[in-house]
Amino acid sequence: MTNAVVRALELVARQAAHAGDAGADPARCSACGHIDTVLAQRSGGVVVRHGRAVAKAHAEATDPLDHRARLAVAAHPLLAGILLPPLTTAAENAAGRPVTAWPYGAPVDPDDPEAAPWEQAGALVARLHSVPLEAVRADGLPYMRGPAKAARAVARMRAAGPRPAAVPVERAWERLPAWARDEAAPPGPYALCHGDLHLGQLVRHPAPDGPWLLIDVDDLGIGDPAWDLARPAAWYAAGLLPVEIWRRFLGAYRAARGPAAPLADDPWPRLDIPARALTVQTAALAIAKSAAENRDLDEVERLLVDACARIAALPAQLESAPDPASSS
Amino acid sequence: MQCPKCRAAMHTYNRNGVQIEQCSGCRGIFLDYGELEALTRLESQWAQPAPPVPPAPQAYPAGSAPAWGAPHHGGHHGGHHRHKSFGRMLFSS
Repeated sequence: MTNAVVRALELVARQAAHAGDAGADPARCSACGHIDTVLAQRSGGVVVRHGRAVAKAHAEATDPLDHRARLAVAAHPLLAGILLPPLTTAAENAAGRPVTAWPYGAPVDPDDPEAAPWEQAGALVARLHSVPLEAVRADGLPYMRGPAKAARAVARMRAAGPRPAAVPVERAWERLPAWARDEAAPPGPYALCHGDLHLGQLVRHPAPDGPWLLIDVDDLGIGDPAWDLARPAAWYAAGLLPVEIWRRFLGAYRAARGPAAPLADDPWPRLDIPARALTVQTAALAIAKSAAENRDLDEVERLLVDACARIAALPAQLESAPDPASSS
Repeated sequence: MQCPKCRAAMHTYNRNGVQIEQCSGCRGIFLDYGELEALTRLESQWAQPAPPVPPAPQAYPAGSAPAWGAPHHGGHHGGHHRHKSFGRMLFSS
């Protein structure tokens, strides 16, 4: 089944890569010299590269209408220079999964996270959040899937069976407001959000030294823009991300007038709830993963569980952080 | 210059940026026009605390942290293992 998906993606990637070439036979592609490369293969998506194009099979559970609306945002002229646009917006399918074709972009060097484009990431997210919603909402943009992903991570942790490390994670999760657990609509004001920001979501296009752009619209939608800052915020709060890197990221976001962290305000009242949710999400995934691999938590994963324990131990009066609607 | 009182020689001294002449005989002091005011001004500045500098519009420090934040921030303590595991985390959902 997965092989069938990869095979279908190879064909889509070849077609996309050779779309402008006269007389090219994408099914054979013998003369072009490119080999098909599987860039990623996870439950959430399979990505195959062929030369200057990549094809992605999205998760099976992808809602077709939501998917189309998200794809339309990536293709929208207002998103030029912010989000990588797709090569086609036509709906294709491989074994029941939606398939899309994109230009190939050069990713962040995984061996050198400090050289990663933290400033560009902050500025791009600020620009994404500043896109006027009414201009891109015509197709009925769904909610950003950040809280849904946090809830899914907790479900995965529970499915792995009871573990001592899960106790503080559950307790920190319980103390989050319903919207952050994907049990209620998020508070406004809404902005266009990426929904799953991390260093794997940035590429240079054209490769290898074009400008940095955001990729992956699978979780994109309207919601609380602070969520997009929350993963680095959670890493920083857990003591994992050095303060200099956090400053580079947040500073660039604020300098670009990102709405979730106005320059003169303490950013934490806005960041607190999403950062707690991302701490829980990351810890829950770590517990699920360590259970699947039949191993103990490593040092980094334990720091996230420790952060959950500190959240769980917060005095009750600190629980009600101001919601984003009232602080802007 | 000679002292107008005792005719002894006067020597120039610098007191906090103000030139004053003092007689080497009777120790009398001669002040040029404006120098008394300059000394008075210096004295009052010395006595009063400096006027507060109006704070420049400043960004809230990005180094702040939530109440539940880790006690030690930003270190690269921890070995290669930690670095590698966090490195993977930086790139995953």
